[in-house]
Amino acid sequence: MYLETRQETVGIRLRAGRSWTVDRLGLLERALVQAGLPAGGKAVIDVTAVEALDLSGAWVLRSLEHRLLSRGVEVDWAPARPELLGFIDEALGREAEGEEDETTRRLMAIPLERLGIFTVGLGADVRQHLAALGELTLALGRALSSLRRLRLPSLIRQVHETGVTAIPIVALIAFLISVIVAYIGAQQLRQFGGEIFVVDLVTIAVLRELGVLLTAIIVAGRSGSAFAAELGVMKLNEEVDALRAIGIDPVEVLVAPRVLGLVVALPLLTVLADFMGLAGGALLSWALVDITFTQYADRVAESLSTTTFWVGLIKAPVFAFAIAMIGTLRGMQVRGSSRELGRLTTVAVVESIFVVIFLDAAFAVLFMELDI
Amino acid sequence: MEPIISVRGVVNRFGSQVVHAGLDMEVMPGEVFGIVGGSGSGKSVLLRTILGLQRPAAGTVRIEGREVTEASPSELAGIKRRYGVTFQHGALFTSLTVAQNVELPIAEYHQVGEATLRGLAEMRIRMVGLGADALDKYPSQLSGGMVKRAALARALALDPALLFLDEPTSGLDPISAAAFDQLVLYLQRSLRLTVVMITHDLDTIFRTCNRLGVIVDGRMISGSLEEIIRSEHPWIRQYFHGERARHTLGPPTGSEDLHG
Repeated sequence: MYLETRQETVGIRLRAGRSWTVDRLGLLERALVQAGLPAGGKAVIDVTAVEALDLSGAWVLRSLEHRLLSRGVEVDWAPARPELLGFIDEALGREAEGEEDETTRRLMAIPLERLGIFTVGLGADVRQHLAALGELTLALGRALSSLRRLRLPSLIRQVHETGVTAIPIVALIAFLISVIVAYIGAQQLRQFGGEIFVVDLVTIAVLRELGVLLTAIIVAGRSGSAFAAELGVMKLNEEVDALRAIGIDPVEVLVAPRVLGLVVALPLLTVLADFMGLAGGALLSWALVDITFTQYADRVAESLSTTTFWVGLIKAPVFAFAIAMIGTLRGMQVRGSSRELGRLTTVAVVESIFVVIFLDAAFAVLFMELDI
Repeated sequence: MEPIISVRGVVNRFGSQVVHAGLDMEVMPGEVFGIVGGSGSGKSVLLRTILGLQRPAAGTVRIEGREVTEASPSELAGIKRRYGVTFQHGALFTSLTVAQNVELPIAEYHQVGEATLRGLAEMRIRMVGLGADALDKYPSQLSGGMVKRAALARALALDPALLFLDEPTSGLDPISAAAFDQLVLYLQRSLRLTVVMITHDLDTIFRTCNRLGVIVDGRMISGSLEEIIRSEHPWIRQYFHGERARHTLGPPTGSEDLHG
């Protein structure tokens, strides 16, 4: 028993058990809740039996005292009020009541407060995006006008990290996707005896859309997240502030090389994806519908118009710019906590994939209007 | 009296670099024990070894008579509930508010209601001298001194008998540092804590420590403040009698009469 209640002639006696320490916190709390407390009259809190008392135990005892007092009970201690309680009083101060008013006011204010915070945040977000775009444009202008400001080593490192190391995964996915397209196409076209058109299907789908789109999505997942995380950690470590303090523009050394690096790397990856896609189509056409590689090559050349390849490729640098811009901007927005870092990295990836697909749709409409 | 911490013949090495070559250390209950040593002398490694976060190559560590180095994970968890630690940079969880930071260890080990949890956390946060408005702030919104205090509140969450402080006053201005030292002393006396602190701050050493352990050449030389100051070891002489120390030291004795 941690708290024993006994009715006596003068009032109620609450006998505390032996051990009031943090190890028994859950039990103590339950004892406190379950204790039948009187309303009015007198009570004695008897701590003679208490052998071990620590801060947590003392806090529970003090809450017991407070509960009794708030019910209008006169509280006595036997043999004496433990010193630790006085210590807690001192720390907390004797606060005035009236906390309930506070909570009701806050309940009313919460939705309004939220709306206000959201609106102000949205405004600030738009301004930040615009400011970032402006700064980036200026930094890119400077970078492209002077070789020293181009930060070539950093640029090359970015091309390597976003481009060269992505080769295996991009190649594999482009290959597999075109295999799937060719397989489904062959199944359908066989019904009309038009197996040879599998080649046209693969060529046009891969070169115009799938090659660049899939590559951009993979790169958004790989490099968009990496940009946001790298810059976010640099922000948290105050490395970005350190750069500013040295007088180096962080946009110029951190953002511009990443943007330019990706603008170089993504088109190259796209060419690779196109090639692997065509290879996948060739393999499947040969295995499934007996089209030899020479036939396949001839047919590819026939189905290609002059623009097919370039219509796909022209989209790559635009996608690259969007991915790198979003990733770096979100990274630069990280402040304060590790949770922010995770949140903004996620935002960077989701947003860049969305923007890539949105831009692709816009290109599709544009090319249709231009009749390409 | 049994020592609360007893370190015997601890050896730590990284590759061929020997950090501790048979280090001994003893801390008695109720002491404020300061660990001093040059950069790279292995103060933090020693702390991590005592805490059971790192296993030494040889030697034993006992806390309250219980073996740390050979403890099973469940035994180690039991030992860990007996001590609180503040890390050099606070190591507050940045995604939690100050109150949540303090509630976390309590909620991990005990099933108690929201209100109790909050009350226990608030008590400790107010105890370390933070205002009620600090409760719902995030660590990024706190000043350096407030972070140290919040970390101290979290270290005290499970009513430890033993408190480890890693560079508690580094990065604080002298006035805040003095206030923090007074707070540590005040808590140490009120809650009957044993405190082990790593520090470089001579002011802090003289204000708070009863005994000192100096790590030199991979071993520890420990003793009362007076004994350490009178030591003939060249590094210790340099440390306490160098240009820098002369300002702090003043008259060589009489550093015990401090009040919380």
